[in-house]
Amino acid sequence: MDGVVPLFRMEGISKRYGGVRALEKADLTVTAGSIHAILGENGAGKSTLIKIMAGVVAPDEGRITLDGSEVSFASPAAANQAGIVCIFQELSLIPELSVADNIAISDPPKRFGMIDRKAQRRIAEEALARAGASDIHPRALVKDLPLSRRQMVEIAKALARKPRILILDEATSALTAADVARVFEVLKRLRSEGLALLYISHRMNEIAELADHCTVFRNGRNVASYPAGSKSDNEVVELMIGRKYSHIFPPKPAGAQATTPVLEARNLSWADRLDNISLSVRAGEVVGLGGLDGQGQRELLLAFFGVLRGLRGEVLIDGKPASISSPKAASDDGIGMALIPEDRKTEGLMLPMTVRENLSFAALDRLAKGGIIDRAAEQRLIDDMVALLAIKTAGLDIPVGALSGGNQQKVVIAKWLMRQPRIILLNDPTRGIDVGTKQEIYQLMRKLADAGAAILFYSTDYDELIGCCDRVLVLYDGSVKRELVGADITEHALIASALNIHGEGVDMKQGAGA
Amino acid sequence: MKDWRYLLAEQRGTLLALGIFIVMFIIYTTNHPAGFTANVVQTAANKGVLLAFVAMAQTLVVITAGIDLSVGMILLLTNCLASWLVVGTPLQTALGVIAVLAAGLVCGAINGAIVIYGRLQPIVATIATGAVYYGIGLLLRPFPGGSVNEDLADALTGKLFDVIPTSLVALLVVVLVVWVPFSRSEFGRAAYAAGSSETAAYMSGVPIRRGKFLAYALAGLLASVGGLFLTFFTYTGEAAYASGNSYTLFSIAAVVLGGVSLFGGKGSAIGAIFGALAFRTIGDLLFVFDFDPLWQPLFQGVILLIAVSLGAFALFRVRNRLEWFL
Repeated sequence: MDGVVPLFRMEGISKRYGGVRALEKADLTVTAGSIHAILGENGAGKSTLIKIMAGVVAPDEGRITLDGSEVSFASPAAANQAGIVCIFQELSLIPELSVADNIAISDPPKRFGMIDRKAQRRIAEEALARAGASDIHPRALVKDLPLSRRQMVEIAKALARKPRILILDEATSALTAADVARVFEVLKRLRSEGLALLYISHRMNEIAELADHCTVFRNGRNVASYPAGSKSDNEVVELMIGRKYSHIFPPKPAGAQATTPVLEARNLSWADRLDNISLSVRAGEVVGLGGLDGQGQRELLLAFFGVLRGLRGEVLIDGKPASISSPKAASDDGIGMALIPEDRKTEGLMLPMTVRENLSFAALDRLAKGGIIDRAAEQRLIDDMVALLAIKTAGLDIPVGALSGGNQQKVVIAKWLMRQPRIILLNDPTRGIDVGTKQEIYQLMRKLADAGAAILFYSTDYDELIGCCDRVLVLYDGSVKRELVGADITEHALIASALNIHGEGVDMKQGAGA
Repeated sequence: MKDWRYLLAEQRGTLLALGIFIVMFIIYTTNHPAGFTANVVQTAANKGVLLAFVAMAQTLVVITAGIDLSVGMILLLTNCLASWLVVGTPLQTALGVIAVLAAGLVCGAINGAIVIYGRLQPIVATIATGAVYYGIGLLLRPFPGGSVNEDLADALTGKLFDVIPTSLVALLVVVLVVWVPFSRSEFGRAAYAAGSSETAAYMSGVPIRRGKFLAYALAGLLASVGGLFLTFFTYTGEAAYASGNSYTLFSIAAVVLGGVSLFGGKGSAIGAIFGALAFRTIGDLLFVFDFDPLWQPLFQGVILLIAVSLGAFALFRVRNRLEWFL
C-alpha cells in the first residue's frame, strides 16, 4: 500500500448528531482488489462512517479523497456516480416495484425517452445471475419476496451499477447459509476483478473467511488496523470493548428467591424472527435481554404485549397459561403488564398533547367513573408520579414534545407506572438520553423490582446489562443462545455470546459458573 | 411462476375494475329499453369519459402518495376558459384548445410546486389552490354562458363510422399520448417509487422531485382535457361549485375502484378509467330499473363500499398488529 495512491481515503472525519459525537477524527484507507472488514460494537460509529462514504450524511470535518483527489458527495446519487455503492442494512428497495424495476432504478435503459423494458429485463437477469440469485423472477414484486430474497435483489442491484467500491453493511444478516456461500463466491470474484469491498458484519466467522484487512472502531474512532488473521477472536473482542464503567448502578440484592415466575414463556416462536424461546422472570428480578441489535429482542417484547399474531408456544402468567391478544388485554388488572417502547416519539407519546394527557392515557379506565375522568384522582396520581420520577417540566399543561429527551422518557415510564404494573417490559429505555437521567432510571428499576415487579429489560448498552440485571439472556438470530447469571455477566461474555463465537478462549474466561 | 402470472398479478386491480365495469354495463344495457345499441353506448361513453379524464388526473397524483382536491376545480376553470377561447375559425379554435390545455398544465404545475418545493401537505395545498381556480373560473363566467366551436364539439362527441363513440377514441388517444409515455418514462417510475417508499427512492438516487412535479403538472393537463370535453357536451361554460366538488370526490372513488392504492406507488390510470366508467354505470343503473332517483346517492354509496372493501382483505393477513397503522 505504501507509495501507491490508495483508491479511497478518509482522514480526520468527525460527525456530531446534536450533542453526541458519532465519529471523531476517524481515518480509513481502502485499496482496490481487497476486502476490508470493519468491526465495532453497536454505536461505535460504523454506520455513520459508511453513510458519509455513501453520500447520505455530510461530515462536519475531514478530508475524503478518491484516486488521490479530494471529493465530497452531496447525495447518494453523487456517490454512485463516483463508483461507490452501498448495500444498506435497512433495505433501499421500493416494495411496490418489480425486481427488474428495482435493479435498474437509478439508471434505467431508455429508448425514445421511455424505459426499454426488454433491455431492463436483460440487465436484471444478468445482475441476478452475477449475484447467484437466478431463481428470483425479474417480474416479481419486491414486497412479495421474503427478506432473504430481497437482500439478494439488493446485492444484484448494487452489482448492476458497476461499482468500484462496494460497501456491504450487514448484508448477509437475513440470508440463509446457502445464500451466504453463494454471496461469498461472488464477493471473492469481485475482489479478483479489482473491486474494493468494505464488509461490515458482526459475524466473526464470516470476517475470518472473507477479509484481507480489518479495522476496529470504538467510540467513533478507528482504534486498530491489522491484516486479517493476525489477531485472535479474543483479542478482537478486547479491542472492541476498551471502555470504562461510566454509570453508577444501584446495588443488586444477593441471591435469587425461589418463587414461581410471574412471567414465563415456553417455546415461543413467531414468523422467522423468534425461534423457540423459553424464559421466566420472577417477582423482584431484573432480567436483561442482550445481543446485537435486531436479533428478535423487540419482537419478543411485542409478543408478550399481545401485538403479534400467529404466535406459537405458550405464555404463562403466575404459572397459568394466558392468551394475550392486545396491549389492552396485557395491561388489564389480571396480568398487569406494561411495555416501555423503544421509540418514545412514535410509540410512547403523543407529542403535541400535554404532559397531563400523556400521563393519563394508559390509566384512563382506572381514573374514570362511569366514563367520566375523575380530575381530582387524576391530579393526585399525576402529582405522585411527577414526584417519584422527578419529572422536570414547566407545567402539566404544556406539550410533552417541549420536554427534554430524558424527561420525555420519564413521562413514558410514569404513564405506565400509574397502573402499578406487576410485569414491566423495557425496550432500550435509555437510548439517546443523558447520563443523569439514565442513572435515575436504573435506580427506579431496582426500586420497582424490590417492590415486587418482574422486569424484562432489553438494552443495546452492555454496561447497563451488567450494572442492572440479575440475569441476562443473550439472543442471536431469534433464539436465546446463552444465559449469564450474576458475576458471569461481563462485557467480554456479553460480546462474545452476542457474536455467537464458539471459540475456546472465550468460554474458558467465562469461568466455572457458566 | 410463469411470466403471464406475474403480468396477471400486476394488472389485477385494473382487471378487477374492468370486470366490475363489464358486469355493470351488461346489466345496464340488457335492462335498457333500447338495448345494446350505438346510441346507448354513445350516451354512456360521453357521460363516462368526463369522469375518466378527471380520474386519470387523480391517479397521477395518488401514485405519488399525494391527493389532488383541485382536479374538479381545474375542470371548471378550463370549462369556463374554453367557453371564451375555443370559438371562431379553425385556427382560432386550435389556438384556443392549446391555451386551455396550457392553462390546465399551469394549474397542475402550481400544485406540484407548492407541494414539492413549498413542502405543504397535498390535501391542504390543493384545497387552497382549488378554491383559487374556482374563483378565477367564477370571474370568467359569473353566469353560465359562452359558446364553443360546434363543429369541433359535435365531431368529438358524435360517432365514428356511425358506431364508435368519438369521445372514447379521444380517451384512447389521450391514454396513448399522456399516460403510456409517462408511466414508462424514468419520471413515471420515479413517481411510483416516491409513492411506494420515498426514503428507499432517495437512497437509490431516483429523481423524486422531478417525477412528482411531472405527475402533478400532467394531472392538471388531464383535468383540462376533461374541461374541454365538458364544454363540447354542454356548449357553455359554467362555474358550478357543487359540480366541481363532486367531480373531485368521484375521481377519488373511481381511482380506488380502479385498483389504485391511496397509499401510493400502486395502480394504473387504465384501471382508474374503468373505475370511472363503472362508477358512472352504477349511477345509471337506477334509471333503467325505474328506481326513485332519491335512492341514487344511497345506492351508489353502498356499491362503492362493497367495491372498496375488496381491497381491505389484505389486512387479515397482517401478523404484527403494529403494521395496521403503517
